[in-house]
Amino acid sequence: MGITRRSFLGWLTGAAGVATGAKTVEAAHGHFNGYPDSYAILHDTTLCIGCRSCEAACNTVNNLPKPEKSFKDLTVLDEKRRTTPHAFTVVNKYTDPHTGKITYRKDQCNHCQEPACASACFVGAFKKTPEGSVQYDASVCVGCRYCQIACPFNIPTFDFDDAFTPKITKCTMCQPRIEKGQLPGCVEACPMEALTFGKRSDLVEIARERIRKYPQRYIDHIYGMDEMGGTNWLYITETPFEQVGMRTDLGVTPAPEFTSGALSIVPMIIGLWPVLLGGLYVINKRRDEIDEHEKEEAVKTAIENANNGGKEGRHDR
Amino acid sequence: MEGIHTLQEFMFQTKGIIYILAVGYLLGFVWFWRFLKMDKKREQ
Amino acid sequence: MTDRIAALKSRPLLTPFNIFAAIILVIGAFLTFKRFTQGIGAVSNLTDTHPWGIWIGFDLLTGVALAAGGYVTSAAVHIFGKKEYHSAIRPAILTGFLGYSLVVFALLYDVGRPWKLPYPFLVSQGVTSVMFEVGACVMLYLTVLFLEFSPAALEWLGLSKIRKTVVRLTMLLTILGVILSTLHQSSLGALFLLAPSKLHPLWYSPYLPIFFFVSSIAAGLSMVIFESTMAHKKFEIYMDDRHKQEYNPVAFGFGRAAALVLAAYFACKVFGIALDNNWRFLFTGWGAWFLFELSGFVLLPCFMYSIGVRDRNPKVIRAASVITVLGIMLNRLNVSVIAFNYHVPADERYFPSIMEIGITLFIITIGILVYRFIVTRMPVLYKHPDYEDVH
Repeated sequence: MGITRRSFLGWLTGAAGVATGAKTVEAAHGHFNGYPDSYAILHDTTLCIGCRSCEAACNTVNNLPKPEKSFKDLTVLDEKRRTTPHAFTVVNKYTDPHTGKITYRKDQCNHCQEPACASACFVGAFKKTPEGSVQYDASVCVGCRYCQIACPFNIPTFDFDDAFTPKITKCTMCQPRIEKGQLPGCVEACPMEALTFGKRSDLVEIARERIRKYPQRYIDHIYGMDEMGGTNWLYITETPFEQVGMRTDLGVTPAPEFTSGALSIVPMIIGLWPVLLGGLYVINKRRDEIDEHEKEEAVKTAIENANNGGKEGRHDR
Repeated sequence: MEGIHTLQEFMFQTKGIIYILAVGYLLGFVWFWRFLKMDKKREQ
Repeated sequence: MTDRIAALKSRPLLTPFNIFAAIILVIGAFLTFKRFTQGIGAVSNLTDTHPWGIWIGFDLLTGVALAAGGYVTSAAVHIFGKKEYHSAIRPAILTGFLGYSLVVFALLYDVGRPWKLPYPFLVSQGVTSVMFEVGACVMLYLTVLFLEFSPAALEWLGLSKIRKTVVRLTMLLTILGVILSTLHQSSLGALFLLAPSKLHPLWYSPYLPIFFFVSSIAAGLSMVIFESTMAHKKFEIYMDDRHKQEYNPVAFGFGRAAALVLAAYFACKVFGIALDNNWRFLFTGWGAWFLFELSGFVLLPCFMYSIGVRDRNPKVIRAASVITVLGIMLNRLNVSVIAFNYHVPADERYFPSIMEIGITLFIITIGILVYRFIVTRMPVLYKHPDYEDVH
């Protein structure tokens, strides 16, 4: 294939070099706008023809077992599919019920800027890298599947049929390849340039430009700009997002912010409860002592009265 | 025509109903507390 | 005391319950083998879309909520000074200790790599995760419960010196127990804060941690009443006089507390709807289900508890405790599996497989058998004559 705009961008950014080492993104109460030079992928669904070349490339690049039905079999598109332990990405076909118009959309991990999976993982198996991808480390994974609960896009898959080493799998944005200056497998394979790899900021400009140039062709919204605090996989489309299986009600709050409030209360409870409970204990103990004392006084007075009155003394209760 | 015009709109859209619920709850709780402390024996 | 030992020796082996339990144990052993040789998928209906099922919704969430009787009772007696409920402490602590132990046991089945469960604490700490906090608190609290229960075992074993040391820790353990319980009961609710797009708005609320914590108190109070009712039916011969005398007072006292807590919980739920302006959802199908949970399993037992307390009718109170317990289970299941993933089309919704249920029954049966073993031997329902200073 000759030099395309897509691959040129790929070379540019690849040549810029990438930093190694990953950091966990912890969003306490600040807002994280993403690592400045992170990469992303722009998916233009108006260009996608549902050929599944991206799926085939992903399968090869990641050394996944070949599926039962070959990637050239397009009848699989008749059913809605989701990611599976051997399919990091799937393409789905969406048919407009009224017009019959067909749109294809590729689904995979969106590499969120503040990933819900990373926030959820209690063993820190997910990390957001400066390159933009979200990486998973199976060596620490306990298999609790809280990441699956947390992911608003339902991407992580778990191998429920593996008894001994079950793990989570998802798209890696081909991190080893982008570190070497190559394109992710799916981006390289796409014959229609429906996938563009580059710096997130550049891709946003490209997307805006396309929408500006062809307003009748695109919905004026870049999905992934702000959803869940922003993702590193951006989408533009002609068909409304809900009709291509994308939720438009996710909001712009990054996932970690949903639980940061509850977590920040923990030290407060630890600080206050001992005083509260200790205080209650002391108050109740004091009140019991006073009650005891008053009872004894009452008994004493009663005995004195009884003795003075010459009546029979009462015994202690 | 949008905006707050009726009492119902005030109650729900501005969540003013919460104040009513809160007062009602506090009064109701006091009543409930005393309800539970009372037993038939005391009345006899 | 000789009655108790004689009763223990003369128990028949082949009772209907024992036979049923034996069958469950055999099936459970087989399912355990299948789970650990063929994977989670072979014994459950869990999928990528429904990664959590009844092992989380019932075994873990409901189990932890119902085991709350431990911290509630020891707080009532040791912190609030309600000495008249003293006999309820050890059974409550035992239920709590067994409950939490079974939760950890159930996790060994649910989690993909159970041998890596120590990793979050020893290898790589995911401190942004609510689940990290839940795990840490549950581990610590299990230790607290173990220590709180140990005097009973130590008395049975005659290890009085160690027992004396442990008993001195009571106050500290009680306070620590309340702190840890507040944290993890609320955090189990906080787990679901991370999935607002998946949990129905009538159950999803920023106040989920508060809802879970307050309802755990009602759950604990009710479980103590329920467990006391069951023990009285089956294990009366193992009880001492004090235990029998406090049978109804415990019901009245805990019943009154449960009425108040349930009333507060109900109010909090209503406030929650008001604050998120979710009234319109009450008029939907999910709304009807929500109102069913709220009216039938919160309002109704609250009402029953208050009638039982006011009319001095322990039967109504005991009935209310059963309904409350069921209500807690319903709430936890709603949050985790029923109203969770409500967007998923009906034919793709989760329902537990018979084997999942089988493993849960296996775990519960083990719990009941261990409970029975302990309660018929160790000084839980009676005071050991050598240790009269159990204050």
